[in-house]
Amino acid sequence: MNQELVKLIDLSRCTACRGCQVACKQWNEQPAKPTRNFGSYQNPPDLQWNTWTLIRFQEHVDQNGTLKWLFRKDGCMHCTDAGCVKVCPTAALYHTEFGSVSLHPDKCIGCKECMAACPFSIPKYNKETNKISKCDLCYTRLQANQPPACVLSCPTGALQIGIKDAMLTKAYKRAKELGGDASVYGDKFVDGTHVVYVLPEKVEVYDNLPESPNIPLSIIVWKDVLKPAGLLAAGGVMAGAFLHYITHGPKTPDEETTSEGGKEL
Amino acid sequence: MTNHYVDLKNSDCILIMGSNAAENHPIAFKWILRAKDRGAKIIHVDPRFTRTSARCDYHVPLRSGTDIAFLGGMIKHIIDNNMIQEEYVKYYTNASQIVSLDYDFQDGLFTGYDAEKGKYAKETWTTDKDEAGIPIRDYTLQDPRCVYQMLKKHYERYTLDKVSSITGVSKDNLLKVYNEYGATGARDKAGTECYALGWTHHTVGSQNIRAMSIIQLLLGNMGVAGGGINALRGEPNVQGSTDHAILYNILPGYLKMPSGPVDTLAKYIEKYTSKSTDPQSANWYQNYPKYTVSFLKAIWGANATAENEFGYSWLPKLDDGKHHSIMHIFDAMYAGKVKGFFAYGSNLAVSNPNTTKVRKGLQKLKWMVNVNIFDNETASFWRGPGVDPKTVDTEVFLLPAAASPEKEGSQSNSGRLVQWKYKAANPPEDAMSDGDITMRIMDAVRDLYKKEGGIFPEPILNLKWDYRDGLGRFDALKVSKQINGQVTQDFVIEDLVAGTKEIYKKGETVPSFAKLMADGSTSSGNWLMAGSFDQKGENKMQKRGKEDPTGLGLYPEWAFAWPLNRKIIYNRASCDLEGKPFNPKMKLLEWVGDKWVGDIPDGPWPPLADKEKGKFPFIMKADGVGAIFGPGMAEGPFPEHYEPMEGPLTKNPLSAQLHNPAVKVFKSDLDKYANADQKFPYVCTTYSCTEHWCSGFTRWQPWLLEMMPEAYLEIGEKLAEKLSIKNGERIKVASIRGEVECVAMVTKRLVPFEIEGKVVHEVGMPFNYGWLVPENAPDASANYLTSAVGCPNTFCPEYKAFMVNVSKA
Repeated sequence: MNQELVKLIDLSRCTACRGCQVACKQWNEQPAKPTRNFGSYQNPPDLQWNTWTLIRFQEHVDQNGTLKWLFRKDGCMHCTDAGCVKVCPTAALYHTEFGSVSLHPDKCIGCKECMAACPFSIPKYNKETNKISKCDLCYTRLQANQPPACVLSCPTGALQIGIKDAMLTKAYKRAKELGGDASVYGDKFVDGTHVVYVLPEKVEVYDNLPESPNIPLSIIVWKDVLKPAGLLAAGGVMAGAFLHYITHGPKTPDEETTSEGGKEL
Repeated sequence: MTNHYVDLKNSDCILIMGSNAAENHPIAFKWILRAKDRGAKIIHVDPRFTRTSARCDYHVPLRSGTDIAFLGGMIKHIIDNNMIQEEYVKYYTNASQIVSLDYDFQDGLFTGYDAEKGKYAKETWTTDKDEAGIPIRDYTLQDPRCVYQMLKKHYERYTLDKVSSITGVSKDNLLKVYNEYGATGARDKAGTECYALGWTHHTVGSQNIRAMSIIQLLLGNMGVAGGGINALRGEPNVQGSTDHAILYNILPGYLKMPSGPVDTLAKYIEKYTSKSTDPQSANWYQNYPKYTVSFLKAIWGANATAENEFGYSWLPKLDDGKHHSIMHIFDAMYAGKVKGFFAYGSNLAVSNPNTTKVRKGLQKLKWMVNVNIFDNETASFWRGPGVDPKTVDTEVFLLPAAASPEKEGSQSNSGRLVQWKYKAANPPEDAMSDGDITMRIMDAVRDLYKKEGGIFPEPILNLKWDYRDGLGRFDALKVSKQINGQVTQDFVIEDLVAGTKEIYKKGETVPSFAKLMADGSTSSGNWLMAGSFDQKGENKMQKRGKEDPTGLGLYPEWAFAWPLNRKIIYNRASCDLEGKPFNPKMKLLEWVGDKWVGDIPDGPWPPLADKEKGKFPFIMKADGVGAIFGPGMAEGPFPEHYEPMEGPLTKNPLSAQLHNPAVKVFKSDLDKYANADQKFPYVCTTYSCTEHWCSGFTRWQPWLLEMMPEAYLEIGEKLAEKLSIKNGERIKVASIRGEVECVAMVTKRLVPFEIEGKVVHEVGMPFNYGWLVPENAPDASANYLTSAVGCPNTFCPEYKAFMVNVSKA
């Protein structure tokens, strides 16, 4: 890892214009799917195999009775200790030289283990291709020394990318400027994420954002204790099946469900 | 904008009122956030809590259509608490002038009202002048008839209690905004206002902006960095289309459209050339004849001669007193009086008010041409919901147009910055640029005139018509040079005192509108654009220099801003009488030795302290000062609160006059109103969301449609609870004019108002949707609900305030 990068998401500057959401689809050539308005600006309702980043809209009344409209750009956090990379039986998911987590789609066998291992519910399964997909921080753009599409599209400077240390310094400076409940989110768990938030509100206020994210214990046990032996004995498919059994037991996850409540439309 | 986008960062307080800047101007919003980073207060006053409110310091909810009450209260507060910038008010505004004794205001009406015609005679709305024709002034501002005292008297009624009861804004919130914004009256503080369609879309639209102009003059906020009145314009080139006369009542460069009785050039020039005998007034519009003649020369070239009044008689003339706004056109169309219609880049069957009337009107046309990048509800009106194509005789032509990135040309942003843009791709198949389409149509028209003669061939056949490149295509550069202006015969400007001699040769581009001539030796399609090329023909709109010598973000080497690359207009008002900046930390301009240094000044003259050569800063006004008393408006020289045409009240709490007395009401069977009618108890407003463009050609774009798939009504939790409507449920929204079905978006972001002791709910709906796309979409055009009534100055429709009912579908 010669140049660890961090994408900084300063939610205090986000206007929820969703330029990032569209730019992501455009650069990564992800199709739109039919949606309905379900009583929210948020759409699609959740991350999907074809939606790698999403602005979450949330109305929140703080302890003083003041209405806040919270916008959070959701997407892969690019963990250092990445559950998805850890459990991937075929090394389809891997760390790049920038610290981000990328995917070799041709190696993905659709075992969905990464979905269970991710503390942020990021990887999504496409049943037509039998593969998972997720944000790769625009790896090919980073290789060409270009910012990710979302960062390029952001008009207000809510999204920035740069060398990890510089970005973290910036993040802490901004959180201090904002004061109140503002905090930095991302550097204190899973050995640090390569996407870091400046959150103007307390962490627990945000929907779908774990307060203390971690990889399920069963996966740590498997990966660090059992898997080394298992991989010697079996091919990727077999290992995946076994892993699946270990982590979930005999029950198969609902093929149609992309994550909690988020039906693929 | 009197200022420009980058300059928003220089402000100490930004009042966003009548605009949803973050959603509708997302790129520009970054400059507002820069101001916030510097510690500026950002205030959003709006009926809804929007994505803009989310990024402001605070949001103040206000009932739609009550902005003048809110601003009138602020004027009173500023005066009562002496928050004005005194030197500025005394010398740079007409506050010191004496209002005519004949002028009066009683119970909602100004003098001169003709109730039968619904119009004002404005003769009494004047200020007194001495024998020399110079305004009489009382610089102490104590004369009871001086503008300042008359202003104070006019807004005496706008007490906190009254304003709160009309607007629904709490007194605490009123005081908070008034004090915060009023503090920019300090000499070293600047406040700015950002508005958009939230102010223009009212029967009092122009007066909303006038009210704010008065506040800005009182606080000394015009002409300064970080100040101004800033209209955030819509799509990228709305500013350009306005500058180039998209409206029926102006010619390019805001020259007046002549009317029938003004039948000679001499009469036209006499009528519209501004006059002043005050030696300290620059009275810039005394140059009106130069701009008029140069415009005529641009249109008819060599065929425009002194002998034929430069072709003045060939200009179309308005019938005296008649208007032809889009509302008037559709009224005439519905009455069967319009034969053919061009809908260029527009989708009026969705965007115009009173959709039922619009779509029925279209059926009465013999032919219609729609030029667009996609099919739309207007082009396909004949197969729309409830229309039997067999009964429609209209012949419809849909011409495929090139999209903006598929053509070269200039584009003007709200800050009057005109930037050259290049073609990024060829248009698909047989789509072509508007320029090419227009030229081909006009070629055919000219051929017909040549062959058949016709009643009045001169304006058509005498046109200067040489705007093609070598391959016969529309040449944007040639057109731009003609808009800028060219020398049509050699001339010399010699200044014997200064010992200078400027030589201009035929064919050169005119480097400044100061060089335009009234004798036909120059042409200029739009005098404001003169200077967008230099004399040698360099296209300044292509400049991309990033130098910022003042540090204020003026970027003088980046493209061209009209007028004359001046970034902040009336900028001499940023300095005191001696020419020293009021705010030394924001040095926009300064008189150093014998010249101005900084931005391009509004004229070279010394500051006002020079009694001989000094000039007032507001050079476009005949008397040279900012107009607190504004006699040019249709409904009075001081803005007055009137209720929207449809509102919850039967009586105006401020006067006996419920509605704008000068409002134009159309009389067809489809023009119906329901004021304070219990069948339609809720205030409704309409708008555009970030994800869609106006009438919704973005609905063809799957990624955008995925984010905002269908029409919705934003409805507050309290009202939803009262009506047992659940979030996401399908509902019906009805006004007296029409009904639509859509999704209920139940939200905390809309709160009920207490108006005159009663609870009033407001709801809001985007107007981006129609029936054509996506497939099988219900016909959810919000404009079925709105009425075709508007501001009597601009005829901008009242899309932002009307009454509806809401029920489960």
